[in-house]
Amino acid sequence: MGKTLFEKIWKKHVVKEIEGGPSVLYIDRHFIHEVTSPQAFTGLNKRGIKVSRPKQTIATADHNVPTLDQHLPIKEELSRLQVEALKKNCEEHGIELYGLGHPYQGIVHVIGPELGITQPGMTIVCGDSHTSTHGAFGSIAFGIGTSEVEMVMATQCLLQSKPKLMRINVDGELNNGVVSKDIVLYILATISASGATGHAVEFAGSAIRSLSMEARMTICNMSIEMGARCGMIAPDETTFSYIKGREFAPAGTEWEKKLAEWKELYTDNDAQFDKEIFIKAEDIEPMITYGTNPGMGIGITKTIPTSSTINENDRSGLAKSLAYMGLQEGTPIRGQKIDYVFIGSCTNSRIEDLRMVASFVKGKKKAEGVEVWIVPGSKQVEAQAIKEGIDKVFEESGFMLRQPGCSACLGMNEDKIPAGKYCISTSNRNFEGRQGPNARTFLASPLTAAVAAITGQVSDVREFLN
Amino acid sequence: MSVITNIGDEKKKNLTTAKFQSERKVIQSSIVPIEAENIDTDQIIPARFLKATTREGFGKNLFRDWRYENDDENKPIQGFALNNKIYSGKILIAGKNFGCGSSREHAAWAIKDYGFDAVVSSFFADIFKNNALNNFLLPVQVSDEFLQKIFKVIKEDASTQIEINLEEQFIKLLSTGEQENFEINPYKKTCLLNGYDDIDYLLSIKDEIKEFETQSI
Repeated sequence: MGKTLFEKIWKKHVVKEIEGGPSVLYIDRHFIHEVTSPQAFTGLNKRGIKVSRPKQTIATADHNVPTLDQHLPIKEELSRLQVEALKKNCEEHGIELYGLGHPYQGIVHVIGPELGITQPGMTIVCGDSHTSTHGAFGSIAFGIGTSEVEMVMATQCLLQSKPKLMRINVDGELNNGVVSKDIVLYILATISASGATGHAVEFAGSAIRSLSMEARMTICNMSIEMGARCGMIAPDETTFSYIKGREFAPAGTEWEKKLAEWKELYTDNDAQFDKEIFIKAEDIEPMITYGTNPGMGIGITKTIPTSSTINENDRSGLAKSLAYMGLQEGTPIRGQKIDYVFIGSCTNSRIEDLRMVASFVKGKKKAEGVEVWIVPGSKQVEAQAIKEGIDKVFEESGFMLRQPGCSACLGMNEDKIPAGKYCISTSNRNFEGRQGPNARTFLASPLTAAVAAITGQVSDVREFLN
Repeated sequence: MSVITNIGDEKKKNLTTAKFQSERKVIQSSIVPIEAENIDTDQIIPARFLKATTREGFGKNLFRDWRYENDDENKPIQGFALNNKIYSGKILIAGKNFGCGSSREHAAWAIKDYGFDAVVSSFFADIFKNNALNNFLLPVQVSDEFLQKIFKVIKEDASTQIEINLEEQFIKLLSTGEQENFEINPYKKTCLLNGYDDIDYLLSIKDEIKEFETQSI
């Protein structure tokens, strides 16, 4: 019987199997950041050991950094202490840090791929659940807790049980105005926020193949929102040409050698999955969430479900969710007033996202009373946006281009949405309080967020496209 | 099992006494019920409380925004289980898909620091489950039917007691005698019962890892 993409990579990284237990899995790349690493370093120091493979470990500061005036000391004391601790720990353990002020600084899941550190066939971990993003390159990439961060630091290995395997096929052509964020929100609405728990998910099909690398990253990024252990897409020419020439990409004869290996990374025709799902690209319209988990999404033209029309998974939570969101069941989502627009996060803060927004809003002004924050994913994305004049487009539209970081996706820094206010956000989670205590989040694509910025309400972008 | 033979006797002894008490093989306690489903780690511990550089002290902010009105400790929300004096104990019980969302281990730290030794649900998000096990917080997965039974019994008697027996892998409602077996990975069970952690094991096979690196990577 043939092997899946997941099985090929998994097998190559198993150091040994413990009888009746998990496998010892070798980790190729370990990304760390300021929030989930300090306790792991403390653990190492207590044991009197150093990071085992510092050259396979890459650090950045992203979660709690301010997105304005990054050249000044961080005002918030606890955040500053965390960032300082990361710097000190990286120095002591010989780890490369792309901290504030470094031209490579940015959101950990944006900088890994853009620097060519993320490559097909690798095992990649980080103390952050959105590590699944890197699976877009055909790697096994998943988020871990701090004890596991310590394990990888100490031994470059983790103890992991092999997950079940699921394939989600999206075939056909996408409708106008529908982008990769809509695909993943549609999958979430179909299988629910726990639909892939315990599974490694491979995304396949012609609609997935047609996507750029950045669009593929958006999909794998949100595989954790389905509960998946990881999400992945088999590498192809799109992947290879994205990687080629990047800072840490293999070059010369090493490139040829790697390329030959990468071309073997696909699921064999006769490989078996524990579960398989089929989706028609034509069925997907621009999506938006109405509730408080990412599985609570609907097409933009639909009405908010009622307790009798909602899927069983979210039925018991519907009333609580809608009370939190201040919305009524059975009413249209279109026309709902918004106060804030957040375009950023490891889901949608890359240059293609910014270009998509800029090309839509060029020559248009934001709606009165709406605040629009654009937070690029990295210093390199920011520099590219400025080079292309995108910053000017945003300025003329009344949008605020801020500096790189996780920002209002999780509200760890000052970028919080005030209580009771509505924010249309390109991020990944609409949990209660995620963007600030009592803040209300609508998750959507950069395009749907952009049109809302102009109209001041949830709108169907297709009405504004030629 | 190899995990046991790989750790020196002295180390075993230290770990056992330091991290885990033998009485935890059986947890008998009243229960704190939170009936909501899909409880994500942002609810368990909101991101703004993740700024510590140590593992201690997260319990006071457990379920912070469900516990207090407008983040004000002087305004506890009366209906919430942690504020309701009729509920107490070392066992937290919650609806399905508990611990979804962020990988923050601070969620497991907060639950443990608050005083819970076990969480019961009809299923757990993967990363949370690993984080809980790595902190000697026992995630007990029961059937949906048994979960609803527990919620029902608590409604009738808030002080009802549950026994969770890790050694025998069962959970029992002491008032009715009804019980159900639960699954746990045998390796993790050995770790929990003996107080071993994964790092000790991985460090004990460092030579094998090095050999693997040389040959395969």
